Amino acid sequence: MTILFYIAAAVAVLATLLVVTRRNLVHALLYLVVSLFAVAVVFYTLGAPFVAALEVIVYAGAIMMLFVFAVMLLNLQAASPPRVPWTAWVGPAVLVGVLLAEVIYALTIETQPLAGAEVGATAVSEALYGPYVLAVELASMLLLAALVAATHVAARAREDQTAASVERGRAVLHGQGTASEPGVIVEEGDA
Amino acid sequence: MAWYWQLLIVLGVLIAALTIAAGLIWYERRLLSLVQDRYGPNRVGPAGLLQVLADTVKIIFKEDWVPPFADRRVFVVAPSLVLITALLSFMVVPVAEGWVVIDLDIGLLFILAMSSLAVYSVVLAGWSSRSKYSLVGGLRAAAQMVSYEVFMGLSLIGVVALAGSFDLGDIVEAQEGLWYVVPQFVGFVVFLVAGLAETRRIPFDLTEAESELVAGYHTEYSGMKFGLFLVGEYVAITLFSALIATLFFGGWLGPWLPGVVWFLIKTFIFITLFILIRGTFPRPRYDQLMALGWKAMLPLSLLNLLITGAIVVARAG
Repeated sequence: MTILFYIAAAVAVLATLLVVTRRNLVHALLYLVVSLFAVAVVFYTLGAPFVAALEVIVYAGAIMMLFVFAVMLLNLQAASPPRVPWTAWVGPAVLVGVLLAEVIYALTIETQPLAGAEVGATAVSEALYGPYVLAVELASMLLLAALVAATHVAARAREDQTAASVERGRAVLHGQGTASEPGVIVEEGDA
Repeated sequence: MAWYWQLLIVLGVLIAALTIAAGLIWYERRLLSLVQDRYGPNRVGPAGLLQVLADTVKIIFKEDWVPPFADRRVFVVAPSLVLITALLSFMVVPVAEGWVVIDLDIGLLFILAMSSLAVYSVVLAGWSSRSKYSLVGGLRAAAQMVSYEVFMGLSLIGVVALAGSFDLGDIVEAQEGLWYVVPQFVGFVVFLVAGLAETRRIPFDLTEAESELVAGYHTEYSGMKFGLFLVGEYVAITLFSALIATLFFGGWLGPWLPGVVWFLIKTFIFITLFILIRGTFPRPRYDQLMALGWKAMLPLSLLNLLITGAIVVARAG
């Protein structure tokens, strides 16, 4: 299990490195999916199969899918990103180096075996709906608020669009607008 | 369990799944023909059975062409994903008592995970083709499959709550007295519709919609790469039929006959249902598809979950 853990962890680190170095956005996202798989395996080797499954279903399956969806829609392929000067890497690299040292230290001094008691679906549910029920409810309220806000923004944008096209149609009908605008049909007699 | 027994089950499940999927091509064409009052392929071999072989040979020897404008690496990998995820899901489906490749505690979650990864195949195929029809097909697939996955997961929670386990073997054994289709009828209906949408079958095949998108996400594919999409679809149909049989119709349970025979009979009944649905329903508009999902399926499955939960709690307390 320990070997599996280290292999998965190495894959996760490598895949994430590839994510930030790819120039093609979709390729970068695919490496991010690989990285999430590796994290799922890490969870599994640590004795949390339920969390591992959720990692794949929610993150790799749904959230990254939406990322890919957005990138496909935006079609960012044409614009190549500007070169980043090497000095910009220094700050993040130092921070990550500190974290890495910390992780190595924590792993080397550990005396207990990596895979402790297995945390199954029941244990996770009991923790979520027992001591942490308030946090779960707060998180769901936050998500609900985000959902309502998104719906509101989308609905207003559509209303504006509809109002504008109605306005344009009226103007053309009354002979004030130009008939050459796309999407507006003018009847011969009215204009 | 001895290693050779394990190996036998692995090979058995793999070969059976692929053979059934290939046979389905013939079965579907003949059955659809009957629905449409014609004969279908009946020339090659007895009752046209060897038509599949002829088609396979033809498709393998076709030129394997990658469009020069495509994103080559992703384009090549995408078709295999659909088959891999469907075949991996078969690992946790118990064919008969103890006949399962891997007895996973989180079996049902594993299947949901694989099914949510299958979306990548279609979406990446659409994106990497760099063609407008493929891209629109891929976009539709992303929205459709991500949406219907939500109800698919929710419709199964009722079954999990009644059985008290994610393990498919435990779920089958919990149906000893009563098949879950009776207490979970709403869940069954939602799962069937979600299964149609996940396998992108008519009436939910807006991802390929030949009347408007040429062939949707696999417009640019030819030869065996196209063949993989085809076989992947049939494996997915077999998988969903097997799942319906396992989760709602007692899997291998049944009198007189051995378990595996019951399992196969039940699976074939649902495969036939899938094909008859294809022969019967028209394709809805895209907004109708989304409205059906979010305005009918989601409230239905939530209500089902609420009532099932209340009954389970009332019984336990």
